Amino acid sequence: MADEIKKTPAPLKVTIDNITVEVPAGTTILNAARQIGGDVTPPAMCYYSKLEGSGGKCRTCLVEVAAGSAADPRPMPKLVASCRTTVMDGMVVKNITSERVQEARAGVVEFLLLNHPLDCPVCDQAGECHLQDLGYEHGKEGTRYQFDRRTFEKEDIGPTIQLHMNRCILCYRCTYVADQLTDNRVHGILDRGDHANISTHISKAIDNNFSGNMIDVCPVGALTDKTFRFKNRVWFTKPVDAHRDCPDCCGKVTLWQRGDEVLRVTARKDEWGEVQSYEGKPGWICNTCRFEKKAATDWVIEGPTTVNRHSVISQGHYLGMQKPKETIQEVMSGLNPRLLMDIHDVSEVNKLELSQLPGAATSANFKNESTKSE
Amino acid sequence: MGRKLLLEKAQVENIRSYEVYRKQGGYRSVEKALKTLSPDQVTEEVKKSGLRGRGGAGFPTGMKWSFLAKPTGVPRYLVVNADESEPGTFKDRYLMEFIPHLLIEGMITSSYALGSNRSYIYIRGEYAWITHILEQAIEEARQHGWLGKNILGSGFDCDIYVQRGAGAYICGEETALLESLEGKRGNPRIKPPFPAVKGLWGCPTVVNNVETIAALVPIINEGGEEYAKIGVGKSTGTKLISACGNINKPGVYEIDMTISVEEFIFSDEYCGGIPQGKKLKACIPGGSSVPILPANLLLKTAKGETRMMNYESLADGGFASGSMMGSGGFIVMDDSQCVVRHTYTLARFYRHESCGQCSPCREGTGWMEKILWNLETGKGRSSDIDLLWDIQRKIEGNTICPLGDAAAWPVAAAIRHFRDEFEWHVTHPEEAQKRNYGLAHYADPLLAPVA
Repeated sequence: MADEIKKTPAPLKVTIDNITVEVPAGTTILNAARQIGGDVTPPAMCYYSKLEGSGGKCRTCLVEVAAGSAADPRPMPKLVASCRTTVMDGMVVKNITSERVQEARAGVVEFLLLNHPLDCPVCDQAGECHLQDLGYEHGKEGTRYQFDRRTFEKEDIGPTIQLHMNRCILCYRCTYVADQLTDNRVHGILDRGDHANISTHISKAIDNNFSGNMIDVCPVGALTDKTFRFKNRVWFTKPVDAHRDCPDCCGKVTLWQRGDEVLRVTARKDEWGEVQSYEGKPGWICNTCRFEKKAATDWVIEGPTTVNRHSVISQGHYLGMQKPKETIQEVMSGLNPRLLMDIHDVSEVNKLELSQLPGAATSANFKNESTKSE
Repeated sequence: MGRKLLLEKAQVENIRSYEVYRKQGGYRSVEKALKTLSPDQVTEEVKKSGLRGRGGAGFPTGMKWSFLAKPTGVPRYLVVNADESEPGTFKDRYLMEFIPHLLIEGMITSSYALGSNRSYIYIRGEYAWITHILEQAIEEARQHGWLGKNILGSGFDCDIYVQRGAGAYICGEETALLESLEGKRGNPRIKPPFPAVKGLWGCPTVVNNVETIAALVPIINEGGEEYAKIGVGKSTGTKLISACGNINKPGVYEIDMTISVEEFIFSDEYCGGIPQGKKLKACIPGGSSVPILPANLLLKTAKGETRMMNYESLADGGFASGSMMGSGGFIVMDDSQCVVRHTYTLARFYRHESCGQCSPCREGTGWMEKILWNLETGKGRSSDIDLLWDIQRKIEGNTICPLGDAAAWPVAAAIRHFRDEFEWHVTHPEEAQKRNYGLAHYADPLLAPVA
């Protein structure tokens, strides 16, 4: 089958939530949806486009295929994992327009949160946690689980990485990092079922120079940077793009600063929370850059990082925030429902760049600003 | 007395040894296939026979074989799934233990049809002694020229290897089995690609149940069309049923799919009725993961017809009032059994056997087990029953492999048919600790359907 696809390089048309895009053959539904962007894109907790073989496990990206292809327009009976299903020409996919999908996804969110500790207030991942976002966007407000949560001991799986197995959602991303970035994997999944856990056979065995990327790919706070633990909340820190000449990696990073102090170094993330690519290669960074270069003088500062507007980190009002793409009008086939989608659309407050004011904002600023913009 | 094809010679003394097996007409099918038929003709015979997979899903074997990709220069594999771990199912064990050569014979013919020069038997870890039996049988076959290079001068090479699992139900799922066979953690793969395209070591692979492959022997010996005459409709041939539970004569029976469920349970030729004069309450007709049926729906379908022991009749009424043939693990429960307790036991099994790869199964199976334990021990609430229903619905169909479905179906069916018993456990928590709900109305004749 793979051979047949290679012979026909013509782009395939796929319709996702009433929006049609053209994608090259071999593209997955999820990546086609990412081309559209906005709410139409299914969430992905385990899929990571830069890690080969990842995906299919968390089941949050389930979508309904209403028509398999133009040649065979039968619907697929089950919901499919969009991250691992490739598109066919003329495929019709329903994501946010399908009640079945919404219900199944709420179910998956509930399952993922079932044994997940509610320790966000002390978790270093809070504020940039994909599970938080997922729970907020697709979950229910309460849990129906009335039993004790499953717990594990905290474990140092390497000199610089600490594992909180309680928080892990078993996305397997870190094992793919170890397989594909480091010379050999020394950690993996032990046990099975609900007692499956990530660990090493020899304690503190993870010391490969690229092992720190496991922290970046972890969607939750299970793998944490020991040099940053409990130093600060991410939304109080200032993300700044910087680079250095590194013999081992691309050297392009985000510094998370407080004042001039560099609290944390991470790889640069794209809008899907994945490591950015440079010239088609993922910009993984080495442990030297990540854990040892913690002085601003080690780096050439490029400027503030673009922060996604829906991120809590954007509350610091940094420059150049990205506004999420709005797709509702297209999804509703041209109708423009009067929905209160975003408080910032109707509020004047948002039009003011607080960071550009010389001092504290007063009501005068807002009045001036609103008259100016009109 | 129904016709026997597989177990016909099972009682012959020392049939396990090659000499006796050969004297009883063994390996005739290999001679016939390799000398007179081409590989495609063998596949054609299987298609004509209407043989359906005996592992549980009942997928037509001939069709499965025809899906096998055949790129040049790439080896193809036949893998026999002997990881028989479904609670209540022990037919393959009987077959492999007593007539191992039947499996080997079927495997040689199948390997010839599929072009597999190296075929594997993946056997569950707990069947340690059967591994030895099979290896001995393979060695005997090799010594007599049925395995190895250029079998019977046909130019076809074939070798069979036995691989023991390490005790995981999930490794009976075909892609998890392949992962385990490759020496990896037995996690099911995400499909597509299907094993027929990318299976063992990335090569096209067919995974079949032991009984399916053994059925090749009578199919080739008698011809596909003759085989298809046995049975009814699309349920052709004979099926091994491993009967257990509250019956007088538990064991493995070969049926030709034309007998009724009632006859199977109560006739002396088969299960021999229920001991101590107790009444039939419920039955799981096809291994633990298929829906449980109360006595009244088991013996007669919702339409009032007699339910027969075959694929179609057992599935009559869908999941609303029917069940499945499954793997043939026939579990009978009398009126002293508690369905809540029983459902809890199954939920515990599935929680323990979930691989933990995908979230609905990993988290949902444990959750269901805990709720069922509460219900069983008198700590349940009536809302728990609805919650269970909702959980199973969110697991079913949303997982990577069918284990999620297998865990959800028994719970769903138990609530669907035995809701009264669950509610009684909630409303009479103390009484439920002392006695069982009993037969109640579960054997009462059903009301005639409203036209």
